Amino acid sequence: MPIEILMPALSPTMEEGTLAKWLVKEGDTVTSGDLLAEIETDKATMEFEAVDEGTIGKLLIVEGTEGVKVNTPIAVMLEEGESAEDIAKSGSDEAAEAEDAGSKGGSEEKTAESGTTSDKAPAKAKSKGDAKEEDDIPKPDQTPDWPDGTKMRTQTVREALRDAMAEEMRRDPNVYLMGEEVAEYQGAYKISQGLLDEFGGKRVIDTPITEHGFTGIAVGAAFGGLRPIVEFMTFNFAMQAIDQIVNSAAKTLYMSGGQMGAPMVFRGPNGAAARVGAQHSQDYAAWYAHIPGLKVVQPYSAADAKGLLKTAIRDPNPVIFLENEIMYGKSFDVPVLEDFTVPFGKAKIWREGSDVTIVSWGIGMTYTLEAADRLAEDGIEAEVIDLRTLRPIDYDTVLASVQKTNRCVTVEEGFPVASIGNHLSAVIMTRAFDYLDAPVLNCTGKDVPMPYAANLEKLALLNADEVVEAVHKVTYR
Amino acid sequence: MAARKSTKKSNVSAEELTKFYREMLLIRRFEEKAGQLYGMGLIGGFCHLYIGQEAVVVGIEAAAEEGDKRITSYRDHGHMLACGMDPAGVMAELTGRAGGYSAGKGGSMHMFSKEKNFYGGHGIVGAQVPLGTGLAFADKYLGNGRVSFAYFGDGASNQGQVYEAFNMAALWDLPVVFVIENNQYAMGTAQKRSTSTPDIYTRGKAFGIPGEPVDGMDVLAVKAAAQKAVAHCRAGKGPYILEIKTYRYRGHSMSDPAKYRTREEVQKMREERDAIEHVRQLILVGKHATEEDLKAIDKDIKDVVNKAAEFAKESPEPALEELWTDIYADAATA
Ligand SMILES: Cc1ncc(C[n+]2csc(CCOP(=O)(O)OP(=O)(O)O)c2C)c(N)n1
Ligand SMILES: [Mg+2]
Repeated sequence: MPIEILMPALSPTMEEGTLAKWLVKEGDTVTSGDLLAEIETDKATMEFEAVDEGTIGKLLIVEGTEGVKVNTPIAVMLEEGESAEDIAKSGSDEAAEAEDAGSKGGSEEKTAESGTTSDKAPAKAKSKGDAKEEDDIPKPDQTPDWPDGTKMRTQTVREALRDAMAEEMRRDPNVYLMGEEVAEYQGAYKISQGLLDEFGGKRVIDTPITEHGFTGIAVGAAFGGLRPIVEFMTFNFAMQAIDQIVNSAAKTLYMSGGQMGAPMVFRGPNGAAARVGAQHSQDYAAWYAHIPGLKVVQPYSAADAKGLLKTAIRDPNPVIFLENEIMYGKSFDVPVLEDFTVPFGKAKIWREGSDVTIVSWGIGMTYTLEAADRLAEDGIEAEVIDLRTLRPIDYDTVLASVQKTNRCVTVEEGFPVASIGNHLSAVIMTRAFDYLDAPVLNCTGKDVPMPYAANLEKLALLNADEVVEAVHKVTYR
Repeated sequence: MAARKSTKKSNVSAEELTKFYREMLLIRRFEEKAGQLYGMGLIGGFCHLYIGQEAVVVGIEAAAEEGDKRITSYRDHGHMLACGMDPAGVMAELTGRAGGYSAGKGGSMHMFSKEKNFYGGHGIVGAQVPLGTGLAFADKYLGNGRVSFAYFGDGASNQGQVYEAFNMAALWDLPVVFVIENNQYAMGTAQKRSTSTPDIYTRGKAFGIPGEPVDGMDVLAVKAAAQKAVAHCRAGKGPYILEIKTYRYRGHSMSDPAKYRTREEVQKMREERDAIEHVRQLILVGKHATEEDLKAIDKDIKDVVNKAAEFAKESPEPALEELWTDIYADAATA
């Protein structure tokens, strides 16, 4: 069979070009690497080399032709034993056919793009946040996190996090912890207290101060079959490593067509502590929640810290687990259960109410619950929802509540622009527009780097007063 | 600890020795006062004291000329005092007051003085190393003959960006002195637990950057090494690395329980290697000044530090409108 030589694409964007000059003539024998022609693209004139060996049977396009489409046959090469007649028989017909098919293929593709693809796309791939049909009835799952009558005990968030790691490390020998000061120092914030003693230096590993490097190593270890927990001394320092988190951990499952991913947890304190200034006080919830491929958790209570961290460690995906230094010492009831986990994507209603829905998570809950108490004194009953996970988000619980209260205020510590609250507002507008009696208001941290001065820091941070005020605005009372 | 380089008494003047004594003592007394104010709740957040390391910055500054630049980490109070910043303005920043160098908005870790070419005060470990290299890039670009000092710790020396900066500094012959303040600990991690080879100064070798270890408890040795490094930079030969072996007496920050080393270890350094005591002895033994003279200096410094503390307490908190200023530079005035 004669071999067709096709117009090559010589740049990522080239669709057609000019066949400027033939460097061979019919009857020439060529071997791979010989120059065949000069081709002009929109960017440059390039030389085009032969890939196969043979004799040039026929030049199909004359020198100087402009607008030659990529993949158009431009010449035919004969292999040993073939003659020019072989071309007449098959080659030119085939070339014509090829062109025909090419144009057909093109138009088919277009149709696919502009509509029919939706038939092919698997329904489950659609995110719940997307605009959907009118009969969009939220179906919240509000089954209790633990059975009635479960024995409870008081624990700090710090203890709950440690217990979650210890339990999972006992359960799975491939779970290990690495980070700065996690082993001998027992954790910069004492979250890994006792873990080195119990699990030894092989599984509780002190790293140098090299966030980008050790994060990359942990992602590689996850590729290699381990279940790393990476502790960032604070999430401010994860900015050094965010390329590995986003480009390597979050995207690999997709890029490998599902073959491999990074089952691992990135955890540590996030957000403002107290008086530590602009470089140590940022809330990264919205940053990570932006990334498909990551799961994002931000617990408030000790029970959730424990149940969600255990789920995170078992999850086959990279999970960002955002803690808070101020919350570490706070105590809550934690169920005494053999194996207590909390699923992702299930919000928790802390307080039922019919006048307004307040959605928060993490430390935002402290301001929210305080505000709800004060509002109740004024006769306003707020329904308080703790999202717990920011990716996935339990839209159904939020929407069902908004359909009841017709008003919503979101509360978060992060910056206001492109916040989680902004996103929730958009989803509520899209899916519950007709239920709203007031615009959704977002309470956030102020749009400034965190100041050091005590009085300015207080102003920059969110507080319960602002939540109360927002609720008064949306309830018009 | 590196062997103590010989201190050639012969070519050190009384004037210079007392200047070193005064500068180092100012840092120590200032830091002690800052520790006190922290304990009183007047300073918040993180506060990293420089006590024990005074000879490093004082020795380096002795080799600097007008217009040279410096940049360092969060352990920055000593650097600011040594480059001539006003102790009152530094202390007022520690208390978060309007009279502070950053008008109260930066705090202990984030302070700057354009006037004194002090480029901060950086809270992210290692970040100041490329930044300092960039200062040198600008100087070379502008052809102004200036040298920059980029200070960083033994812990920071493991950050990847340090080596990216080394490569470019050498590639482009940038006039930067990398001053590694090896105080042997990064928070609770002893250097040997974080670092594959102990001699950080050799790490420039791969990039063609000369480096040397320096006894950081001997201000004269630091000065001598700094002069050599600065001469190298000013001659257009590119960067230079000084690994200065020093020791911090206090915890990593005010909230460090310091269980990772023994009291004896700290005590031994203080008693046998203290840099201020060393200069004091040189002065007294060489009869450059009397006990009385030194007492007068001590008293002077106490005054300066007390005044700084008073100012830092009395300076008002920043005006509330300040929350919203300095986020963007004004295009019209830029
Ligand atoms: C990127 C980053 N990671 C972690 C931290 C937390 N941290 C602050 S100081 C420090 C130790 C640094 O040690 P070293 O560089 O030796 O400087 P020293 O404190 O001894 O002056 C750490 C881990 C940080 N500020 N930035
Ligand atoms: Mg150190």
